Amino acid sequence: MNAPPARLADPYADAEGRLRAERVRADFPILEREVHGRPLVYLDSAASSQQPRAVLEATEHYATTSHANVHRGVHTLSQEATAAFEAARESVRRFINARKPSEIIFTRGTTEAINLVARSWGGTQLAAGDEVLITYLEHHANIVPWQLACAAAGARLIAAPLTPAGELELGAFLELLGPRTKMVALAHVSNALGTTLPVAQVIAAAHERGVPVLLDGAQAIAHQRVDVQQLDCDFYAFSGHKMYAPTGIGVLYGRESLLRAMPPWQGGGDMILSVSIAHSTYNELPWRFEAGTPNISGAIGLAAAIDYLEALGRDRVAAHEQRLLLLATAQLAAIPGLQLIGTAREKAAVISFTLRGVHPHDIGTILDQEGIAIRTGHHCAMPVMTYYGLAATARASFGCYSTEADIERLLAGLERVREVFA
Amino acid sequence: MDIRELYRDVILDHNRSPRNFGRLEPADAEALGHNPLCGDSLSLTLRLANDRLSEIRFNGQGCAISVASASMMSEAVSGKSLPEVEALYREVHALFTEPAHVPALPLGKLMALGGVREFPARVKCASLCWHTLHAALQRHAAGERPTVSTE
Ligand SMILES: Cc1ncc(COP(=O)(O)O)c(C=O)c1O
Repeated sequence: MNAPPARLADPYADAEGRLRAERVRADFPILEREVHGRPLVYLDSAASSQQPRAVLEATEHYATTSHANVHRGVHTLSQEATAAFEAARESVRRFINARKPSEIIFTRGTTEAINLVARSWGGTQLAAGDEVLITYLEHHANIVPWQLACAAAGARLIAAPLTPAGELELGAFLELLGPRTKMVALAHVSNALGTTLPVAQVIAAAHERGVPVLLDGAQAIAHQRVDVQQLDCDFYAFSGHKMYAPTGIGVLYGRESLLRAMPPWQGGGDMILSVSIAHSTYNELPWRFEAGTPNISGAIGLAAAIDYLEALGRDRVAAHEQRLLLLATAQLAAIPGLQLIGTAREKAAVISFTLRGVHPHDIGTILDQEGIAIRTGHHCAMPVMTYYGLAATARASFGCYSTEADIERLLAGLERVREVFA
Repeated sequence: MDIRELYRDVILDHNRSPRNFGRLEPADAEALGHNPLCGDSLSLTLRLANDRLSEIRFNGQGCAISVASASMMSEAVSGKSLPEVEALYREVHALFTEPAHVPALPLGKLMALGGVREFPARVKCASLCWHTLHAALQRHAAGERPTVSTE
């Protein structure tokens, strides 16, 4: 008799159980390319991450075998497309541990998810004199929709202050959380500073007053375990393209009791049960909030990205990124004239910085010439830039495929910047 | 390509010590320019006499390319007649965007900015000051005058 086959070793883990980032890199075809004659170093995953072959193949497989419109055909392709689309919803549910798939609404991304809540929930729940409480470090996507909703209702948008390190001033936040507060909306992780916010305390305090909480999870979802039941948040928004899935797909998680009370925000096909010229009856959750043909291919790509992240191991990816963050922070801090912007104790692998005498835009161009992609500018978070008296920063951000070699290239690139501007 | 094609010595020098930096109070014309890509802004104030641009000052936040371009522009246009400024504006625009452009006017130091052609993401940085100057002169021609700042 043959011995049972030995369990296949996990290809993504080294002997100590740490992520083998070199193996991960091999899954991302784009990382093979060169930029200006140098191998690409991609340090802009916070703006948009790259897609592994598994995601590219999933969307291609769908397009080449099963594409049709969903929820409306009796033919085989339509049934297959519908099954794949709804299976993707179930994957998302499992990934963030929502109670039901009906709490998962597909959107174009984080921005659309927050707009949905601000328009639909805000349109019916906000009244003159009410307040929506955010923080100074929000992305414009978690500011402007609330400005619009507040303007429509005569409500006020209030922002909680930050510490010099880029952390939320929790005491001040709790003072601002008052009898007029009707919604708290904040980032889970800041895209401009990397700060991880104390969402557990915020949510507990808001719920004590019966105030719902929306978390902008765009920068958290790919970098830590997210469990909406454990967080106990009421809404959670994120984008596929920041978690190794395609652009144009995102998710709004909403607590069922809140979603049920919310009116549709866009009208059209898929969101109705019946329509006459005078009147329509609306579909059940979640389709009530998904007017028109959805991004079927994107949802399938998102599900493939979820499978991929789970195969890598979410905790293993998080630990890998934290190691890189520590290493890069220490090395960057040692560069003369370099100032780290955002030095919170709890951070995701995002490093914002300035270099004395060199505008971030110039840093970005010189690094690009060396094949290194970073983000420069205000990161769609102008209030936090103003808060720290800056027009712009340079930002390096890491993902599952980032390596120590990337950090070495970044350091060498910054040395080149200092040479040019010496 | 060598990055020094973009960051020539004359550009780095103007970035380090910008000429005509500040504000003219009072001014005959002004305009504010924004580069939404990087959040930079540039303010220009001008004095005009007998259809000549007699004085110009700029201030604001910007990258090396936009600061150097504004500084070099301020030197190039000071004392020029308005039609001469307009002609320079057109030439410089061609210099920034058209490959192998042969200038119809002597551009002097401004030629050093031609390197931006190879860096499409940076053309806006170099041209921001010129567009802002153009806007300031157009507003002046349309009869608009700067609002007096009381600060
Ligand atoms: C914290 C945060 N919120 C919201 C967004 C907006 O995401 P999207 O453009 O995918 O809708 C981003 C993306 O930059 C982000 O970083």
